[in-house]
Amino acid sequence: MPGSAQYSPKTFRTRVSTYWWLGRWPYLKFILRELSSVFVAWFVVIALLEIRALRNGPTAYVEFQERLRSPILVAVNVVALLFVIFHAATWFNLTPKAMPLRLGGKRVPSLFIVAPSYLVWLAISVTVAWIVLRG
Amino acid sequence: MSKRSNEPFLWMLFSTGGVVAAMLIPVHLFLFGLAFPLGLLDGPSYQGLLALLRHPFARLYLFVLCSLPLFHWAHRFRYTLYDGLQIKHLNELINAFCYGGAILGTVLAAYLLWTT
Repeated sequence: MPGSAQYSPKTFRTRVSTYWWLGRWPYLKFILRELSSVFVAWFVVIALLEIRALRNGPTAYVEFQERLRSPILVAVNVVALLFVIFHAATWFNLTPKAMPLRLGGKRVPSLFIVAPSYLVWLAISVTVAWIVLRG
Repeated sequence: MSKRSNEPFLWMLFSTGGVVAAMLIPVHLFLFGLAFPLGLLDGPSYQGLLALLRHPFARLYLFVLCSLPLFHWAHRFRYTLYDGLQIKHLNELINAFCYGGAILGTVLAAYLLWTT
């Protein structure tokens, strides 16, 4: 915001610690939610590597599976799974706040927006698993 | 003269990517990152998976699954760096890194998916 600089007083600025988000749970939750994006990107990297392995033939694919079994990658993937589930839950829970729905002048209760999201999530997850496991 | 902002477009990519990531990444990460390699579930064979991947719909699906979440990451990570570490002065570098990374990933995904 280049425009705001000229209106804000230059004489007084409260200093905010770099670690401001460590003090309270809602702040920490905010930062954890923001950090979930790193694990979203991590998933894409793993997905691209897996596609490349598939492309390079059966040996490359087996080697990649082998690598995924290494303790470090298993640990990172477990943490990543927790973070992407956290992302999904916070995303669904925020939907009614980001996009409030109104019906007949009244705000639709959050539960009616949040609950279907979880159901769709479940349905999609089961469908993906079914397609992959069938193949 | 005010410059037209890219922000609404980037935010749209962020939020569509957020939905795709929320709905699809947990199940994919669980299956392909943990369950199959660790043998928790009996995964598809190499040939089966390759055949699945070569289906046109699967290519498109995987392209969306790789690209949009990267733009979600780019937008959110940018603000994580701004807010969490308060390094607003590195603005341009951060933008180049985040959106450049997302574009690079998208190109890479398109190349890998359509040459497999």
